[in-house]
Amino acid sequence: MSTALAPARDGTDERLTGVPGEPLAHRRYRRMRFIRRFEETLLQLFEEGALNGTTHACIGQEADAVAVTEHLADGDHIFSNHRCHGHYLAHSGDALGLMAEIMGKEAGVCRGLGGSQHICAPGFKSNGVQGGIVPNAAGIALANQLSGNDAVSVVFIGDGTLGEGVVYETLNMAALWKLPLLVVCEDNRWAQSTPIAANLAGDMASRFAAFGVPVREVDSTDVQELSEIAGAEVAAVRSGEGPRVLLIHTYRLCHHSKSDDERPEREIAERWLVEPLVVHGRRLDEADRRRIEDEVETALSEVVATARASA
Amino acid sequence: MIFAKELGDTLRGALGDDERVVLLGEDIADPYGGAFKVTRGLSTAFPQRVRTTPISEGAIAGISAGLALAGYRPIAEVMFGDFLTLMFDQVVNHIAKYQKMYAEQATCPVIIRAATGGHRGYGPTHSQSLEKHFLGVPHLRVVAASLYHDPREVFADFLRRDEPVLYVEHKLLYPQHLTPPVGGRVGDLIATSDNSPGMLPTIRLSAVPAEDCTISVLAYGYQAMLAAQVIERLAIEEEIFAELIVPAQIAPMDWAPVERSVSVTGRLVTIEEGADGWSWGSEAASVISRRLFGRLRQPVDVVASEPTIIPSSKPKEADVLVGSARIEAALRAAHKESR
Ligand SMILES: Cc1ncc(C[n+]2csc(CCOP(=O)(O)OP(=O)(O)O)c2C)c(N)n1
Repeated sequence: MSTALAPARDGTDERLTGVPGEPLAHRRYRRMRFIRRFEETLLQLFEEGALNGTTHACIGQEADAVAVTEHLADGDHIFSNHRCHGHYLAHSGDALGLMAEIMGKEAGVCRGLGGSQHICAPGFKSNGVQGGIVPNAAGIALANQLSGNDAVSVVFIGDGTLGEGVVYETLNMAALWKLPLLVVCEDNRWAQSTPIAANLAGDMASRFAAFGVPVREVDSTDVQELSEIAGAEVAAVRSGEGPRVLLIHTYRLCHHSKSDDERPEREIAERWLVEPLVVHGRRLDEADRRRIEDEVETALSEVVATARASA
Repeated sequence: MIFAKELGDTLRGALGDDERVVLLGEDIADPYGGAFKVTRGLSTAFPQRVRTTPISEGAIAGISAGLALAGYRPIAEVMFGDFLTLMFDQVVNHIAKYQKMYAEQATCPVIIRAATGGHRGYGPTHSQSLEKHFLGVPHLRVVAASLYHDPREVFADFLRRDEPVLYVEHKLLYPQHLTPPVGGRVGDLIATSDNSPGMLPTIRLSAVPAEDCTISVLAYGYQAMLAAQVIERLAIEEEIFAELIVPAQIAPMDWAPVERSVSVTGRLVTIEEGADGWSWGSEAASVISRRLFGRLRQPVDVVASEPTIIPSSKPKEADVLVGSARIEAALRAAHKESR
């Protein structure tokens, strides 16, 4: 079953990834808060002019990253997309490596060559081409199948990416070959400036069902609910029955990349009321929540200072 | 033994020697064994690692990329090289980029094999040599099969190294006998092999010693086979002495053997079957003109096919594609200038 209480990776800051012995609810809040504040800090650094290029923050979608990565073990692989910070931070806890990377420093995970959307670390890769990573993740799944291990390959895509043909080529082959591949489709309702209504014909889940790939569809920003479902999906893929899709209907609270947002203000405002930190935060004592937030804040400011000072 | 069979044996050897080798491609399973039969027998011998695929070139390339990132040695077959276009994104934005953009923390050694070329009447979408569109992609090697390079050595090099490679196999080479140099000769031609460090050998062929040649001819693949026949005939019948330079790797190029030859002859003719313009030959002309400006006695002549569709009709196809007649005319023209 799931490794929901797996310790944080070696070398990560417990204040960001989870303090030993703390309740699971605290740890989840801590991790989501870490991702949220990391992203908000990045946006601030952009405004300051401290960063180069662009960045796609995942504010509002933190629960997906935390819920899915909770169930992954050493040997599993995540392939992520342009909006990869949350996935990467939930997986690795490596705030400094990512911060330095986006700052373009040698100390970055890819020595500043990759930047925000091209990340490589043990068990993790991302690329900025929508859709093209899906066969790559399937290839990693095929490697696991050939090696006879029970590792799974997880790929994160967005709703807009359902327009790319290679996704369907891959679903077909993954289903035919029963590859241990979990596709996590984060439907945040918008692809850059385009709403799904203008992007997507028919029904999202049916697209996967057409290949005989089981789809688990959920409309939630609750990390606890998402984690239960993700755990079951990861376990099913691990058992060797073939690929599966976890389709999460969620919402992106920030702009698409730096400052491009034409969405209705009211729509966004409504979603702030049900965002993952609010939903899950209710489960925590006020004092605990404050303490965790303070710890995250301190740890992150240290990360930023170290990253700024690094080569 | 014929090239298709030798190539098949090479792949069989690779699958047998290295558990990490996986073959993917359309219709490659037995009993069919691939459109050109190169993989015949392999799916029976290695059912797990030789997989026939749907018509899904993007996914074939992309799944190969994932295998390679995970430490496997995928070899992807493209049934007709024309459909390399459907792999272009995977090659350019994924396969060729991963190692560098991930700061050397991953490698993506995908081998893509593509059956290319015309002269068979297959028409506009099954006859092209589209490799020029892949030349100059940073961190991608492009290698062309020839009768003078043993595929065993070529694949040993591919599998030893961590870089991705596109290997183009002209269809008309499949039924030919392989003739790598033996004892310094290929048939009646003198053969030398230039081995620059880290490069696959470039084979140089001439009817008389290289010092006595007056024209350098640069060609790869099937066109190299045609050019060898032409230089042999012109030497015997007309005492026109040309040296043929046949690289295996056509990008990035090992220019040293070309420079050595052109420093003697002062004349270079390049030959390729792909469409004229923005081509392998134009790059060769640019490089050699820059490096040997003072030594060249005439402009580099770039021989390539007409930049249009490849007709199905035999005579019309012959008008478009470079063949022996065009090669011979170019060599005669270069010879005329030399007198
Ligand atoms: C193949 C490709 N086309 C276009 C882009 C430019 N682009 C980057 S993100 C994006 C929208 C992606 O939408 P979606 O898949 O829904 O993911 P989201 O941004 O909502 O997480 C676009 C068009 C790209 N990166 N790759």
